[in-house]
Amino acid sequence: MSREVVVPGDLLDDSGQKEAGSNAYKEGSEVYAERVGLKKEGSNHVEVVALSGKRYEPQRGDLVIGTIIEAKPSIWFLDINGPSDVGMHVNEVPWRVDFGETTKYLDIGETALMKVYHVDEQREAQVTMKDRTCRKLEGGTTITVPPSKVPRIIGRRGSMIKTIKNNTDCRLFVGKNGVIWFDGEPEEVSHVRDAIHMIVDQAHTSGLTERVETFLDEGPEAVDPPTE
Amino acid sequence: MAKADAPDLLNHEGLRIAERDPVNDEYTYGRGKDELRPIEIEAGVLNRADGSAYLEWGENKVLAATYGPRECHPRRDQDPAEAVVRVTYNMAPFSVSDRTRPGPSRRDREIGKVTSEALEPAVLTQLYPGAAIDVFIEIIEAEAGTRCAGLTAASVSMADAGIPMKGLVTSCAAGKIEDDVVLDLSREEDFHGEADLPIAVVPKTGDVVLLQMDGDLSADEFDEAIDKAYEACYDIHDLQKQALVDRYQGSATNGGNR
Repeated sequence: MSREVVVPGDLLDDSGQKEAGSNAYKEGSEVYAERVGLKKEGSNHVEVVALSGKRYEPQRGDLVIGTIIEAKPSIWFLDINGPSDVGMHVNEVPWRVDFGETTKYLDIGETALMKVYHVDEQREAQVTMKDRTCRKLEGGTTITVPPSKVPRIIGRRGSMIKTIKNNTDCRLFVGKNGVIWFDGEPEEVSHVRDAIHMIVDQAHTSGLTERVETFLDEGPEAVDPPTE
Repeated sequence: MAKADAPDLLNHEGLRIAERDPVNDEYTYGRGKDELRPIEIEAGVLNRADGSAYLEWGENKVLAATYGPRECHPRRDQDPAEAVVRVTYNMAPFSVSDRTRPGPSRRDREIGKVTSEALEPAVLTQLYPGAAIDVFIEIIEAEAGTRCAGLTAASVSMADAGIPMKGLVTSCAAGKIEDDVVLDLSREEDFHGEADLPIAVVPKTGDVVLLQMDGDLSADEFDEAIDKAYEACYDIHDLQKQALVDRYQGSATNGGNR
């Protein structure tokens, strides 16, 4: 299945019948692409499935991994790999935090799994940790991958992530923002890191889950080269 | 620059310098008046940047990298209504035959300013209020026309970074040598010619977003130079598009959006 790659300014539709979907804009009756990606036509709209970019666009309900970059007496500011830093008020954490004691719970440089609960018209996001899945991530390492590759790292119904978890003893969380946290034995951690890089590099190839399994099981030499 | 040892910019057939032999100081002619130097663009050459592009234009070698949209620091530079586009233009010390002093010069800052003002109209800045889009242009080797080369590469790197844009920005220069209006001046033509006129265009809208001039042109020559450079921008635009399509075609063969 091959779809047309479009670049910013490319005409997507001039029938006047279609609205601009994501990553597209309308001028008069014509719809143009605003990002590099694949043209995708719906019955009454035309959109671009973005291929370019390594930044995360916050969306309500997304589970993300953030790093504390600033702690004020009653609010933290976090980097979630998005267009701006996001704030998390002390009311949004599952602990009772006294005024000025924020760093006792989450200090600068620490990471946590959190949920985007609001995105305003300015695309400014707010996050919360008041959710069962949210937690502080102690120890471990993080790597950042393009958010567009996250579905591939999770795999169909979590197949890829299961492969990684089953073949190593690492604990692993994948944020929708492309930040991946994992922890385990040092040797396995580097193994997982290599596997994730492999998934990102070969995201467009088929049979990747099997190759990742071979990679984790038998090492990089055993892996067959990808077929396009 | 010493003007004394100026080579013939046009040969007896009216052709321009196509190649130089720096050892014997000899020139090969063969470039037409409306002919661009060879251009090659590759998108996505850097891993750490959000988007990048490498461009060779004649003997110019340019690397452009884009970061963002990201939180704008220092905060006083933020615009609460839209994103700011900041461009840093830098020439490597070894990019020219006489070593350039490292660090931003008056010229570097000027080019950074005009480049950011040329790129900004094409970017949908209102989508990211308070954010900054940082573009870095590194001139690795310079041969004349680096601001056009830098701007052309910067625009590809921004598209590669996924910055929402109305269209790409393309830049090209025209000038005057030996009383003839020609396209895309090379080093000798820039040094010994009479005028240089770089412009930048958003080919999608047809808007001119940069217009500078060095030297003298009559009103007619000015019009002719603009027309030539404007037309050439559309040819370069095709190369920019192709570079981006080549970069992402691979990931498209399998559905892409997984």
